Amino acid sequence: MQSESYVLKQDINKASLWKVAKPLLGRLDIELTERCNNNCIHCCINLPADDIDAKQKELSTEEVKKILAEAISLDCMSVRFTGGEPLLREDFEELYIFARKSGLKVLVFTNATLITPHLAELFSHIPPLEKIEVTVYGMRESSYEAVTRASGSFEAFRQGVGLLLEEKVPFVVKGALLPQNKNEMDEFEKWASAIPWMDRPPLYSMFFDLRCRREDGIKNESIKGLRLKPEEGLKILTRRKNEYIKQMQEFCSKFIRPPKDKLFCCGSGLDGGCVDAYGYFQPCIMLRHPGCVYDLKNGSLKDALTNLFPKIREMKATNPEYLSRCAKCFLKGLCEQCPARSWSEHGTLDTPVEFLCQIAHIHARFLGLIKENELAWEVLDWKDRIKKFADKKPGG
Amino acid sequence: MRKKVNLDSVYAPSEDVVAREVQGEFIIIPIASGIGDLEDEIFSLNETGRAIWDKLDGKASLRQIVKDLSSNFEGSSEDIEKDVTGLVEGLLKRRMVIEKRRV
Repeated sequence: MQSESYVLKQDINKASLWKVAKPLLGRLDIELTERCNNNCIHCCINLPADDIDAKQKELSTEEVKKILAEAISLDCMSVRFTGGEPLLREDFEELYIFARKSGLKVLVFTNATLITPHLAELFSHIPPLEKIEVTVYGMRESSYEAVTRASGSFEAFRQGVGLLLEEKVPFVVKGALLPQNKNEMDEFEKWASAIPWMDRPPLYSMFFDLRCRREDGIKNESIKGLRLKPEEGLKILTRRKNEYIKQMQEFCSKFIRPPKDKLFCCGSGLDGGCVDAYGYFQPCIMLRHPGCVYDLKNGSLKDALTNLFPKIREMKATNPEYLSRCAKCFLKGLCEQCPARSWSEHGTLDTPVEFLCQIAHIHARFLGLIKENELAWEVLDWKDRIKKFADKKPGG
Repeated sequence: MRKKVNLDSVYAPSEDVVAREVQGEFIIIPIASGIGDLEDEIFSLNETGRAIWDKLDGKASLRQIVKDLSSNFEGSSEDIEKDVTGLVEGLLKRRMVIEKRRV
């Protein structure tokens, strides 16, 4: 035996704890339900809280536990409980305790309106080991409930957040920027900065995804109308200009380049995935294309991760429009065009999403990567441009 | 403050932690709050620590554990005793093990 230090502290959020190789499943998302007690105007996944059909189809407690147990056997360290509103599940507490007692960290995405004193106490006594993420829809009852369309939701949200603060349960807040609340940004950020666990300004969603089940054309049109204009979005993202440019210099030098015909350029399905409320396992939380989901009721996480996901990741684009634009576009990375968004917007995996293209181009113009009226997929000297941008001194 | 470890005591993993082997790492994950120094940490045990942890079954005293390990590992009984008591002291301080009883 050797006398040395026996117990080593490890940062639980350290990306690479593993010396040898990454586990087959490092992280797992579980959408516990698609139902939500709010009815947000911009949301891509919110069935009514009392939707009996949806509730009946949801995975049972035992089925969720079985999936969690398999995840643990695959060396998974972290599970995200999301929805819909995950706290709507009557068995949330049981599933949470099961996950934590099995040695998983748990990340909870919630609107905080269903946090009770009992639940806050539970999070305090059995900490999730990940900061809870609370989405905020407004700073006033009028703006908040204009978004959530749920009477009493503002008061419930304030109460839920108050309970987390009281019990010292670490959480962060993020915003959804909508016409109803966008003039409250300063107030929101000031309020957020007083939350002890906020180590940076809140993140916002502003270019909302369409209904991920593609079930409601009318709602999709309404969501499109709520998206910030690309110019408005840029203005918000560049409010802290120097910090933003510094981040972009680092990001662009590492991650932007033409994807060619390879469809999946992100980490989807590499060492994680998402189980939907009904037991279908998919590489990405947004991707519901029937060819990209795996029925866990007739299989296993391991089978999906070893046999289906690698095949999905190898999929190639065939749409001529995509091949002539996106495949050659060096803004890939800066542009959020991806198979999941193509699916929710157009019902295919490889159709260019126009508004994402506009956002990427407006950003690239701001950063000096392309000139006015230039199309990024026509730029041949993109490597030089990225290098020049990455090497640019602040203020230069 | 260092907790006193008694060689005639029996120790067991606390119910407030769970131990897992993940990708060859043996890690201890807090379940209840207040484990370790901060809540956002997990702990890993090296091979020595792991060999000792496996013996903390709530049945064998530390003296018995030292004896068992001495017959399976190289090193003097004194060194092994130092290892065992050192680890258990550290674990007790972090509330990762509890004293079950004294023999």
